[in-house]
Amino acid sequence: MQEFEPKIVAFVCNWCTYAGADLTGTSRIKYSANVKIIRFPCTGRIDFMILMKAFENGADGIIVSGCHPNDCHYSTGNFHARRRWIVFRNLLNFSGIDTERIQFSWVSAAEGFKWADVVNNTVKKIREIGPYENYNKIAVSTLFKEEGATNE
Amino acid sequence: MSRIGVFVCHCGENISATVNCEKVAKITGELKGVEFSTDYKYMCSYPGQTLIKEAIKEHKLDGVVVAACSPRMHEPTFRKACAEAGLNPFLCEMSNIREHCSWVHPKDDLTTEKAQDLVRVMVEKVKKNKALNSIKVPVTKTALVIGGGIAGIQAALDIANCGHKVIMVERQPSIGGHMSQLSETFPTLDCSQCILTPRMVEVAQHPNITLHTYSEVESVDGFIGNFKVKIRKRSKSIDEHLCTGCGLCTTKCPQKKIPNEFERGLGFRPAIYVPFPQAVPNKPVIDREHCTYYIKGKCKICEIVCPTKAIRFDQEDEVIDVAVGAIVMATGFDVLKTDYFPEYGYGKYADVIDGLAFERLASASGPTQGEIRRPSDGKIPKKIVFVACAGSRDPAKGIEYCSKICCMYTAKHAMLYKHKVHDGIPYVFYMDIRAGGKNYEEFVRRTIVEDETQYIRGRVSTIYEKNGKLIVKGADTLMGAQPVEIEADMVVLATAGVANHGAEELAQTVHISYDPYKFFAEAHPKLKPVETNTAGIFLAGACQAPKDIPESVAAASGAAVKVAALFSNDELTRDPLVAVVNRSAPPVYSQCVGCFLCQSVCPYQAIEREEIKNRNGEVIKTLARVNEGLCQGCGTCVALCRTKAIDIHGYSNQQVYTEIMALLND
Ligand SMILES: Cc1cc2nc3c(=O)[nH]c(=O)nc-3n(C[C@H](O)[C@H](O)[C@H](O)COP(=O)(O)OP(=O)(O)OC[C@H]3O[C@@H](n4cnc5c(N)ncnc54)[C@H](O)[C@@H]3O)c2cc1C
Ligand code: SF4
Ligand code: SF4
Repeated sequence: MQEFEPKIVAFVCNWCTYAGADLTGTSRIKYSANVKIIRFPCTGRIDFMILMKAFENGADGIIVSGCHPNDCHYSTGNFHARRRWIVFRNLLNFSGIDTERIQFSWVSAAEGFKWADVVNNTVKKIREIGPYENYNKIAVSTLFKEEGATNE
Repeated sequence: MSRIGVFVCHCGENISATVNCEKVAKITGELKGVEFSTDYKYMCSYPGQTLIKEAIKEHKLDGVVVAACSPRMHEPTFRKACAEAGLNPFLCEMSNIREHCSWVHPKDDLTTEKAQDLVRVMVEKVKKNKALNSIKVPVTKTALVIGGGIAGIQAALDIANCGHKVIMVERQPSIGGHMSQLSETFPTLDCSQCILTPRMVEVAQHPNITLHTYSEVESVDGFIGNFKVKIRKRSKSIDEHLCTGCGLCTTKCPQKKIPNEFERGLGFRPAIYVPFPQAVPNKPVIDREHCTYYIKGKCKICEIVCPTKAIRFDQEDEVIDVAVGAIVMATGFDVLKTDYFPEYGYGKYADVIDGLAFERLASASGPTQGEIRRPSDGKIPKKIVFVACAGSRDPAKGIEYCSKICCMYTAKHAMLYKHKVHDGIPYVFYMDIRAGGKNYEEFVRRTIVEDETQYIRGRVSTIYEKNGKLIVKGADTLMGAQPVEIEADMVVLATAGVANHGAEELAQTVHISYDPYKFFAEAHPKLKPVETNTAGIFLAGACQAPKDIPESVAAASGAAVKVAALFSNDELTRDPLVAVVNRSAPPVYSQCVGCFLCQSVCPYQAIEREEIKNRNGEVIKTLARVNEGLCQGCGTCVALCRTKAIDIHGYSNQQVYTEIMALLND
């Protein structure tokens, strides 16, 4: 049997973690190819619809990573992200969503090594937990089925 | 139906060594909506850009995806190329298949597949992109320079001489920084005061420079070209317009025994004082912590003697608001504190001093008028041990880096000592001698050869006092780690240069990044050494890392040029990746329910209230509106809006969802 290759999406902010992951590259530090990055201006932009969309489309794990507390490029975005997560985690747990599959971290633009660690540890953990087959069985998922409002 | 072009770069072999670029181009060329795809050795080169431009015209492309290095590197390059070919630049996106793929994964199929995935994501995203126009914002052509050491002084003068206004904020009563404390400077031994003080005076007299001493920056809002800064001017307890700087008050003040910070505690000062004779501005401040009047409620002798009635005991701090377009950080460095060296008895034995204290002893204007006399009994020391790397390059103690300036100033100290005390014997304990720089190595050689300084390679383990001598114990690693013991009369520690106190808080106040040692971080270690990651904020001098004077001055002039370039335009163009509140044409409909949650979280106060009126002029609803000149595009409001009335260009809900779907469904 082929080994389970987890699909992991990383939502990262442009100023700290994206730049940190660039540094991982510049320093030629190797990490697992299972994680793919989607760039955001700030973790403050990342709402939970986004995380649900990833699970809904078959992600086995998610990484959300931004600047360290007090270092946000926009001064407060990462605090809003953190506060929101604290409230939301309970709701997710209540709905039966596996919050273990969501990894939060702080990786600064200077922490190339740390990014590789975060990726490798998350891949290892998700490999152990196994594929996320349950998500689409969970009733709440229907709640998130409608397309996000498009208002440009 | 889209007509997208995909351009896969080999980056020489940086990408193609692990990613099969031809295959990536071929497979992604088959995606729906992709009209043209190709790969090329160097996309960013002139022929590479020409290839893109020609393809845009030939295939009438309405979207471009360049799969290459990080967009943080070349997004502006490729967007500009698209614009030159007539395609709106915001219809161009990059897939990062170098930093995030080829450099971090081995050569195998998975790596090539990941590259394909990353390209597919951007192909789908670009389909949802909108043509956008850059936003123009005005530039306030005034610079703020924080810190008035040699770096701040140089930056301020350079900017002011370009014809722009400068506001300088210095937290001490005088500008000058560490350089004003130095005796003579390596490698030429010119007198520090002689080369520095004329520049300090120039700052004070320059018509374009406004100087705020005894002041600190309290808050910074806004963005490049348009910062709003609050400066707290601490009360000096004097009316600066009336004070003539005659100094009578300082001679009559009954408090005479306050350790003088400028003299590193080797001398005293009164409570009303000018830090040093050449201070700029040359007017006293009252140190309220030590002033008899503030402690006991009576004295006021200075007020009685002041011929111009300039003393103001009831003066309060003043907070002023200024608008600036650029900020230069020049807050310098500090040296490690005494409690860091218990094994050397620093802080315990009066004759174990640091390098700055030695500068004061060697300075003609210092507490001993330039004679080398030890603090404990005023005797001339016959043997001095200089300890280099005190704290530096010592991972066990938490500082791994080399402080860079100490090798040179230690050599200088040994030399100055020998010049002043001819029969004295200087010893230097060192790890390596780092003397890279023009005429630096020659300088150290002179110290060793002409001034007969004994250089001993090795660390000092302990220093203790015995019969009035300081016993310095160490090992000579060039003699097979043979133990060495020297009976010294005085010890000078070349303590590590560290980030200035308050650096971390200041970085957070102005919103710039800093490294693990709290030195301010540059945007790129090689190519952007004076820029920070925050547009419009620049670095000068030792606030970035330990630097000597020539390096600090060079960085300061570099920062000044960046500011001058920014100020060469009346307007600045900015990426239009800002938030928008949805609404239809009149009769106005919007999903916005006017809760203004967005307003409460926006860090830039970019959300305004717009009243919608009916034909009779009555307000029927209030909607949120984004001021696009102020919005910096963080997207916090978007994540928070419960009705999804607010969205953001470039990272819209639709774009983000599309990216997620494209990434996970191949
Ligand atoms: C013992 C010793 C000997 C040296 N000898 C030499 C030599 O011979 N030759 C040589 O080239 N270099 C020498 N140096 C190095 C030299 O001192 C530095 O290169 C130089 O001082 C750096 O200038 P700066 O303006 O960056 O920082 P600083 O001189 O540290 O000036 C920073 C200024 O910013 C102010 N400031 C700090 N924080 C704030 C704040 N929050 N708000 C407002 N203002 C603030 C400070 O009060 C200070 O005035 C020596 C250093 C030491 C320690
Ligand atoms: S400059 Fe010389 S003394 Fe100073 S830390 Fe570096 S090696 Fe040590
Ligand atoms: S995106 Fe929203 S919260 Fe962020 S700056 Fe713009 S208006 Fe303010």
